Amino acid sequence: MKIKLQEHILVPKHEILSKEEAEKVLTVLNIKKHQLPKIRKEDPIAKEIGAKVGDVIKITRNSLTAKEAVVYRVVVE
Amino acid sequence: MAPKRIRSIKFELLSPREIRKMSVAKIITPDTYDDDGYPIDMGLMDQRLGVIDPGLRCKTCGGKIGECPGHFGHVELVAPVIHVGYAKLIGKLLNATCRNCGRILLPDKKRDEIVEEIERRRETGGDIEDLVKEVFAISSKTKECPHCGEQRVDIKFEKPTFYYENEHRLTPIDIRERLEKIPDEDLKAFGMDPASARPEWMVLTVLPVPPVNTRPSITLESGQRSEDDLTHKLVDIIRINQRFQENKEAGAPQLIIEDLWELLQYHVTTYLDNEVSGVPPARHRSGRPLKTLSQRLKGKEGRFRGSLSGKRVNFSARTVISPDPNLSIGEVGVPKAIAEELTVPMYVSRYNLEEARKFILRTEHPKANYVIRPDGRRVKVTENNAEEVTEKLEPGWVVERQLMDGDVVLFNRQPSLHRMSIMAHEVRVLPYKTFRLNPAVCPPYNADFDGDEMNLHVPQSLEAQAEAKILMSVQEHILSPRFGGPIIGGIHDHISGLYLLTKGDNRFTKEEVMEIIKPLDVKKLPKPAYEIDGVKYWTGKQIFSLILPEGLNMTFKAEICRNCDVCKETECDIDAYVVIKNGVLEHGTVDEKAIGAFKGLVIDQIVRQYGTAAAKEFLDNTTRLAIRAIMHMGFSFGIDDEDIPPEAVRQIDEVMEEAKNEVANLVMAFKKGELDPLPGRTIEETLELRIMQSLGRARDRAGKIAGNYLGLNNSAVIMAISGARGSMLNLTQMAGCVGQQSVRGERIKRGYSGRSLTHFKRGELGAEARGFVRSSYKKGLNPLEFFFHAVGGREGLVDTAVRTSQSGYLQRRLINALQDLKIEYDGTVRDTKGAVVQFRYGDDGVDPSKSYRGKAIDVKRIVEEVLSGG
Ligand SMILES: [Mg+2]
Ligand SMILES: [Zn+2]
Ligand SMILES: [Zn+2]
Ligand SMILES: [Zn+2]
Repeated sequence: MKIKLQEHILVPKHEILSKEEAEKVLTVLNIKKHQLPKIRKEDPIAKEIGAKVGDVIKITRNSLTAKEAVVYRVVVE
Repeated sequence: MAPKRIRSIKFELLSPREIRKMSVAKIITPDTYDDDGYPIDMGLMDQRLGVIDPGLRCKTCGGKIGECPGHFGHVELVAPVIHVGYAKLIGKLLNATCRNCGRILLPDKKRDEIVEEIERRRETGGDIEDLVKEVFAISSKTKECPHCGEQRVDIKFEKPTFYYENEHRLTPIDIRERLEKIPDEDLKAFGMDPASARPEWMVLTVLPVPPVNTRPSITLESGQRSEDDLTHKLVDIIRINQRFQENKEAGAPQLIIEDLWELLQYHVTTYLDNEVSGVPPARHRSGRPLKTLSQRLKGKEGRFRGSLSGKRVNFSARTVISPDPNLSIGEVGVPKAIAEELTVPMYVSRYNLEEARKFILRTEHPKANYVIRPDGRRVKVTENNAEEVTEKLEPGWVVERQLMDGDVVLFNRQPSLHRMSIMAHEVRVLPYKTFRLNPAVCPPYNADFDGDEMNLHVPQSLEAQAEAKILMSVQEHILSPRFGGPIIGGIHDHISGLYLLTKGDNRFTKEEVMEIIKPLDVKKLPKPAYEIDGVKYWTGKQIFSLILPEGLNMTFKAEICRNCDVCKETECDIDAYVVIKNGVLEHGTVDEKAIGAFKGLVIDQIVRQYGTAAAKEFLDNTTRLAIRAIMHMGFSFGIDDEDIPPEAVRQIDEVMEEAKNEVANLVMAFKKGELDPLPGRTIEETLELRIMQSLGRARDRAGKIAGNYLGLNNSAVIMAISGARGSMLNLTQMAGCVGQQSVRGERIKRGYSGRSLTHFKRGELGAEARGFVRSSYKKGLNPLEFFFHAVGGREGLVDTAVRTSQSGYLQRRLINALQDLKIEYDGTVRDTKGAVVQFRYGDDGVDPSKSYRGKAIDVKRIVEEVLSGG
């Protein structure tokens, strides 16, 4: 049996951004890709959503202070 | 400009060849100076090693002191010795390689795999430690050399520098020979780079002699030279080396040679590290252990933590602190003696030339101590040369004038755990010998006056002074970034004083009012609240209102509020409902909730509505008014304030008797097995819990009784309920009953087998036998109670001792990890590489010191403001 991590209540929402969306995030923050926080391509959640090296993942989590917080991670080796 | 980054640092071993190559002098004599005080050639102070005497030039580079970097020399050791720092690694290498052929005890194929894996990990920046550890472990377990078939013999390493093979001691020469045999390719499998660290280099054959400026000698007042510890140690090494050489040449017996060799090893070991376990530290003639190479670097006072991460500074002062409520919270009282020593530089221009001259010509307090000429020369100003200096003074000079009133200084109390531990204050030069500060700023520094000392620093440039004033002033730190409320506010007598002044309907005649408000700057009194028989009376609330800013509107429940089921609001029986309308206190009592540090709602509101300057003024006035008020009304506490009437004593006795019976019944039920266990608990646990519960209840009841009989006019009760100091629990323990003593949250059961003390039967479960203290502090504890009290008290002491050391280390690590993070203008948190750590600071981007007790907006307050037409 294989469980789906995304269905677990403690796992925040992960989505792969399209090239255009990722580009926009980088422009808004005025940074290069390597300045983003990282996530391994072997990370179970990265494997589950089928992320490839270089993809930017958008993570939407619950936050005590802001109710909802969005962070981005770039997939690395 | 982006800061330069260090990509990596590589450490290498010095090879004997390199040591000889970098050496400018071979050192052969242990003597330093000849009879005329002249450095001896080829001695430890050889002039080619650099200069330490001003005026002389280096024989190697020709540089003067400060120009010459110093140059290494070397000593040829008669026989090799082990370098203690690598002794363990040498042992591991000997065990992992063949004693015959020197090869790694792994088949070639396996070795190549490992070397490849190590190289792969190095490229990707991975960790190789675990892999290398594994290599050592496997090869040290091999029985037979896969290359030549030799049986492996285990080599026992004994601290500090001994190696045994089958009880046979290996000499450093043997060891060096074996290490030499290990091929370069095999070394790579141990994670070593043969080009920069051959293992035989860990056995020293030649010793570098550090330049003289690493070990300067000092000339004592008597004209005698005192040498550095390192020089002493080098003298020892060379002396033994020389004797060794002579004995060897004379063909001395093996035993003597071995002794000398061991002695040489000892001196080289202690030269490198004088705190090796198992080696008696080398000592000075006075008995003080020598500070050798390792001691210079290690620990809190070592080169890294003591000289590079932090160092001693000039323009600073330290002394004991004491309180002065008449100072502003933004001031610090500086003793005159200190103000005369510390200086502020005045950069002379044509605008301040005359002013600077006046300072130089003065003969007492704010005068000039030094002038600095444009060429950097410092001239001390004395009565003799003042005239002369004044005449020469012109723009471009710097005059160091003494600290005086109004100067900005930084004030600090260790441990500096948060940013409010260093704040900028304005100087007030005062007589006597202590730093003085307003007691309202004690909370941010966590200071008290039981002997605390604080440090003071004088910023030395106009930029630094401006920055300190704008960013670090006390008034800018009234609201704490920790919880978004005031951390500076009334404490102790400020709260008691205003409580006494504002509670209920105190009336004061004009004379009394004048006396109380004397330190305040009040221009006009309001209309008196009462006029009886032609005498005008003002209320305490009216007096307090004098220091409230105009237009302030607030409603809240005071600290003394009892949280009645239905709040009677302005009709409150105990005057706990505070209403401030347009800067006038109409109802309620001012206590901790209004002006206290951490809680003070009024301070909080004034900062937000009127700004930090107004809040500072309010706090200054508050402290002055409160101290005047408490002095006028009188407030004291003595031992008989803990007395309770016989009726109360009887009632408490009754409660205690009841509790005792309850416990006895519980124990009986337990013994009969009639006790029902609580869910999820054993019967024993249930019994303990129920006993604790009923004894706790008994103490609370005793406290209530005591509290009731003491009454609301008791000083201790006033302090407890107004939040000034202490709690009702403290009072309960003083007047009622001290209560159960505990260790790790349980009743005391440790001590003897089955009992806490031999005064009880084994397995006794009653209240007294397990540390219940029935007496009050006033009544006094009996010997058994006293013992249990000490047992419980010790736990607290141990806890604090352990916690402070742990939290100190945690703090250090946190600060090291976070120190370079910065909130950028776009709200992101980034490190120095510009890499994003948080996409929005704290997820919501709220500055906690600008927040409303942690919340981004205070809805209730906004609604109130709108409704009141604000
Ligand atoms: Mg103290
Ligand atoms: Zn030189
Ligand atoms: Zn071999
Ligand atoms: Zn009430």
